[in-house]
Amino acid sequence: MLKDQDRIFTNLYGMHDRTLKGAQARGHWDGTAAIIKKGRGFIIDEMKASGLRGRGGAGFPTGLKWSFMPKESDGRPSYLVVNADESEPGTCKDREIMRHDPHTLVEGCLIASFAMNANACYIYIRGEYIREREALQAAIDEAYAAGLVGKNAAQSGWDFDIYLAHGAGAYICGEETALLESLEGKKGMPRMKPPFPAGAGLYGCPTTVNNVESIAVVPTILRRGGSWFSGIGRANNAGTKLFAISGHVNNPCVVEEEMGIPFEELIEKHCGGIRGGWDNLKAVIPGGSSVPNVRGADMRDAIMDFDGLKEKGSSLGTAAVIVMDNSTDMIKAVWRLSKFYKHESCGQCTPCREGTGWMMRVMARLVEGNASVDEIDMLLDVTKQVEGHTICALGDAAAWPIQALIKNFRGDIEDRIAHKRGAIAAE
Amino acid sequence: MLRRLHKDQPETFAFTSANQKWADAQITKYPAGRQASAIIPLLWRAQEQTGWLTRPAIEQVCAMLDLAYIRGLEVASFYFMFQLQPVGSVAHIQVCGTLSCMICGAEDLIGICRDKIAGKAHALSADGQFSWEEVECLGSCANAPMAQIGKDYYEDLTAARFTEILDELAAGQVPVPGPQNGRYAAEPLKGLTTLQDYDSGKTQYNASVQLAVDLGDTIKRIDGTEIPLLTPWLGKVVPAKKKAAPKAKPAVAKAASKPDAAATGKKPRTMTAPRKSGADDLKLISGVGPKLETVLNGLGFWHFDQVAKWTTAEIAWVDSNLKFKGRIERDDWMAQAAKLAKA
Repeated sequence: MLKDQDRIFTNLYGMHDRTLKGAQARGHWDGTAAIIKKGRGFIIDEMKASGLRGRGGAGFPTGLKWSFMPKESDGRPSYLVVNADESEPGTCKDREIMRHDPHTLVEGCLIASFAMNANACYIYIRGEYIREREALQAAIDEAYAAGLVGKNAAQSGWDFDIYLAHGAGAYICGEETALLESLEGKKGMPRMKPPFPAGAGLYGCPTTVNNVESIAVVPTILRRGGSWFSGIGRANNAGTKLFAISGHVNNPCVVEEEMGIPFEELIEKHCGGIRGGWDNLKAVIPGGSSVPNVRGADMRDAIMDFDGLKEKGSSLGTAAVIVMDNSTDMIKAVWRLSKFYKHESCGQCTPCREGTGWMMRVMARLVEGNASVDEIDMLLDVTKQVEGHTICALGDAAAWPIQALIKNFRGDIEDRIAHKRGAIAAE
Repeated sequence: MLRRLHKDQPETFAFTSANQKWADAQITKYPAGRQASAIIPLLWRAQEQTGWLTRPAIEQVCAMLDLAYIRGLEVASFYFMFQLQPVGSVAHIQVCGTLSCMICGAEDLIGICRDKIAGKAHALSADGQFSWEEVECLGSCANAPMAQIGKDYYEDLTAARFTEILDELAAGQVPVPGPQNGRYAAEPLKGLTTLQDYDSGKTQYNASVQLAVDLGDTIKRIDGTEIPLLTPWLGKVVPAKKKAAPKAKPAVAKAASKPDAAATGKKPRTMTAPRKSGADDLKLISGVGPKLETVLNGLGFWHFDQVAKWTTAEIAWVDSNLKFKGRIERDDWMAQAAKLAKA
């Protein structure tokens, strides 16, 4: 288990002083100018050495992503955009950073912007996080008042402005190009790639979009060295990570742990075990609603990192663990996710716009058992036609939970159909 | 999902002066010519002011941002936080129904809404005080089930506690938001498993709840007096910079406001540029907003005394160029401008 001194978010629960003074007492904003004076190359190399992989779900190496930004400006400004549109079902980790440890994020924005030659940064927070927005804005105002951001930010010689923007309740805006569209004042519909944002992003300028947690861990990594961070967890899966555990555990919570912590340890140590004991565990969605679910029996020995969950046929995603015990109707649970994706499809690509609704309606019939067994394979076939045929990954995300349900719980679906059919026959 | 404007719309919309100031400050966050970026915050603030988003509000926001109305309608109908129909006068209750909340009992909460408020989502209760809807994941999953009431999250709900909360709201109270089962934030209920040495100096509530409690009445609509939007990025010369901004507006607006050849009436004397002393702030004339000011500048009007001198035929010319039938005389711009020119 991770020791407290190796935790980055030491005010995760907001029980300490949340002001700038409190943040400084916990070691934030310490030597920021010195880090910046070491130069762009040093920062990017150190980030690469730390092995940090993006915390927003895809797990792309952060240092590498930054290195795609143009070294010299061609006259266009560069932008850092922070994706704080946290709306993947199950995920509630960035909220804790923004309301309780906001200075980690503000300082991270300064350093990351410098590393990618950006003088301005936009944080795009989801619209429903109204109090979190106020808390984060208060932290930004504090940083401005103390000269830590603004002209000659933190005496580093770098001019840096940071702005807080917000959305209005569209899950799709968590997709990076949809977020940029929304930030430009349009409907949040994803853009075709290429061009990638590093070439033409916000207002057609070079842009990097990073998750809140990816940016907020940067200052601590640079202060303690990339090797410290890469020394935690397993190779290629380094560092600490915020886990958000919800559902049928005794004590749901958000907690910072090392990558690669065994699932059993995570649940026993922090969540007081599975409700009703381990034999009562039915299934787990280990990384937010978009990743495939895993049978409870399979999950017990899982290693919670990118590679460990890949072995289980799933993915770490945002490390939002949804635990479901035997009282859960799995078919209904997946139907609810289908309903979510149907609601959130932006309607731009036909396979997703039509497919999500179609899949939801078939799932609704499967919940009732009001279907024929052949339709299970037909549903599986349709998910394959949606998957990979859309501009963004929402189509994939809608398909995967259903595919995993059919893979893991086919028996349940067939039983229910048989039961319903049996009931009809008996009448 | 099909989202349409409500059939009954009010006549007009205007931001309160505090909200107007706030909105102007929002626009300064974006580079010149990119003011469209401010549309979501402005629409949301307009919604807060009226309770729901009306057509005149969308039009007003579009005018402020130099956007075609259809762009505003696109945005308003795309994003689900915009309520396109009237909501409960006391509160609109948004229960999260997505997976984590569903398996922790959100369906019971929705049932309570059906019983106590209205059978259908988005419908008003009999007394008009409440409305409800089921929303998708609100990002508070470790505190499931939860509901957003006004601007606040009420977390770790039970059916019994949720019923109480609704009763308290109906009785005119504002229950304290946040976790309802004694938790502080998102830590384990049975006590800290990490950061045990870090719980000194704790305030009574977590950050979200503290902000709400400090504000007091959190279900009241935002009128702009609550938290000012500072604009530290403008440096100390806030007013000067702000004044300069609208004048540096893109050429598109100017092109659109070229005198219409088919215009009726007599063309008054116009100027190609303001006098050396600087242009007057034509927005001070009631009825002239930032958009109209740009149009007037484009036509060659920069000063109050120019407006004050218009004759009836000249008014007709300006009117046909502005496509604002009768607005000039109705608001009596000439008298207003004459007064302002003297001041």
